[in-house]
Amino acid sequence: MPTPTPEEVKGLVGGGAGSPVIRKILDSDILHSFRSSKLTMVAATIVFLCFFGALFAPLIAPFDPFDPAKVFLSDASIPPVWQQGGDPRFVIGTDDQGRDMFSAILYGLRVSLAVGGLGVMLAAAIGITLGLVAGYMGGRIDAIIMRIADVQLTFPAILIALLIDGVAQGLFRGLPREQSAIPVLVISIGLSFWVQYARTIRGSTLVEKNKDYVHAARLVGLPAPIIMLRHVLPNVIGPVLVILTINLGLAVITEATLSFLGVGLPPTQPSLGTLISIGNKYLFSGDWWIVAFPGATLAILVLAVNLLGDWLRDALNPRLR
Amino acid sequence: MLAFVIRRIMQSAAVMLAVALIAFLMFRFVGDPVNQMVGVDTPQEEVARLRQSLGLNDPTIVQFGRFMWNALHFDFGVSYQFRQPVTRLLAERAPATLELAFTAAAFALVVGLIMGVYCALRRDSWLAQIFQAISLIGVSLPTFLIGILLIYLFAVILGWLPSNGRGEVVKVGDWWTTGFLTTSGLRALVLPAITLGLFQMTLIMRLVRAEMLEVMRTDYIKFAKARGLRTRSIHFGHALKNTLIPVITIAGLQLGSIIAFAIITETVFNWPGMGLLFLKAVQNVDIPIMAAYLMLIGLLFVLINLLVDLTYGLVDPRLRIAMRS
Repeated sequence: MPTPTPEEVKGLVGGGAGSPVIRKILDSDILHSFRSSKLTMVAATIVFLCFFGALFAPLIAPFDPFDPAKVFLSDASIPPVWQQGGDPRFVIGTDDQGRDMFSAILYGLRVSLAVGGLGVMLAAAIGITLGLVAGYMGGRIDAIIMRIADVQLTFPAILIALLIDGVAQGLFRGLPREQSAIPVLVISIGLSFWVQYARTIRGSTLVEKNKDYVHAARLVGLPAPIIMLRHVLPNVIGPVLVILTINLGLAVITEATLSFLGVGLPPTQPSLGTLISIGNKYLFSGDWWIVAFPGATLAILVLAVNLLGDWLRDALNPRLR
Repeated sequence: MLAFVIRRIMQSAAVMLAVALIAFLMFRFVGDPVNQMVGVDTPQEEVARLRQSLGLNDPTIVQFGRFMWNALHFDFGVSYQFRQPVTRLLAERAPATLELAFTAAAFALVVGLIMGVYCALRRDSWLAQIFQAISLIGVSLPTFLIGILLIYLFAVILGWLPSNGRGEVVKVGDWWTTGFLTTSGLRALVLPAITLGLFQMTLIMRLVRAEMLEVMRTDYIKFAKARGLRTRSIHFGHALKNTLIPVITIAGLQLGSIIAFAIITETVFNWPGMGLLFLKAVQNVDIPIMAAYLMLIGLLFVLINLLVDLTYGLVDPRLRIAMRS
């Protein structure tokens, strides 16, 4: 076997990474189980709509909530259309600064999903790498990585995210909040959620590394990183998709919580959590819509993602079929 | 058994040491402690003198030793924001957090257990379906959103319960303050405790239900049925008893999570506890408080884990044998 060029490795990993999963998804059983579960189809539609809305927010949103020239304080705190004093321009009302709630939610969704998605991907990248290395190398490296994982697992992710967030803010103090907020949040989420990936990947790597094809690859003289990436990784990556989906819900909640607590995204660049935190201040003055609509969006999104994750877990588990 | 206990305690000590190291590194390297204490116009010599007197010029390992020594004496320095000893700030707020966490845990355990058993025994009843739906919502809704919802419902619309603070508190002993003894204190406790406990309640409910269903399928339950025992004694004497070990483990482990999650609940309800203090510290990069809180929570989690592991060994004979070999 010739030593593959970097491009080849990349292509193989990229294509090989998802292939068992994609093959499984195209498997008619799974498509059937998807079609037969109405709840899953509804959840998938909601998740798709959320991603679609987030991706094309600038095209869909009737207003640009971040353009100071188009936001007027005179429009502040207008209730939804169906309530007295509603304005047909703002279907679900405006917030305390006169921003259209619907547009703000679309942009908030964009920020929330971007931070959640990037955070989960960072977590997966860290977890998969460490899990592969721990499982394949074994010995002391394995012991150290898994001990760290054990210790971290005993602490709730939100606490770790808060701590990392606090430390990162201390380190990035020179930067304005608008620039540092998103990287800080992505790093916090990435470092809080990697453990599950590492454990899963390590477990299957331990099984795979004793199989003949790995022995063969080693005999040919391939270096360990290539064996791990090219041969082991495609065979152990299947379960990651399920963890990714379930963790996306958790990551979105974590981001929203941090932003709600005032250590996430600033009000000038609001995520769903920031919008809820702004709205929470106006709860007692009766302006319920400022908090209700972002809150409902967040709840429905997370619920849909969780349902999708649950279904995926069951559908990919042959024992339950 | 003794070897296991000793090994387990050593492990816990190692974890605590690692947590302390992280706390120390934060304390020492994130933001300069001296910069926090002096003004812009403080002369350079004054800064240098302060640096020397705080021992910041010593080797890092010596500083870590001193940090550990102070931590063992509950001395975590002075808060940057409040200019008060961190230990005193935390001690003042500990009763509020502990009372809230205790109430939430009790609520979660009792209600979760009842709902879980009911869902397992009456699987197909409509009430069980409703409980299942509630549990899905409880898992999916973020804590702060549940808090806001409860406030809007019971404080804003109905006006039944207060939405912030601890109500009236009574001093018990030297430093403990309790809200358990006044009506306003108890009323103030209801909404935060439900908010904080809801997630754990759904967790316990799902766990009890799953474990109970599992146990009901085992042979000894079939045998008990075949012996003609009364349903009640099969359900509660045999099945429930055997589901309790994992439930107690999880409930114990969750106690730490409850105290950690209190950060969110305390923020929503403006509850004057340690979590709110910690959050203010994170917002203002008040490292001494962050470090002390980290050590405190770390100690709590390590102790709970240790306790759970050790009682596991005591309760389950199979594990005891495995430990011996």
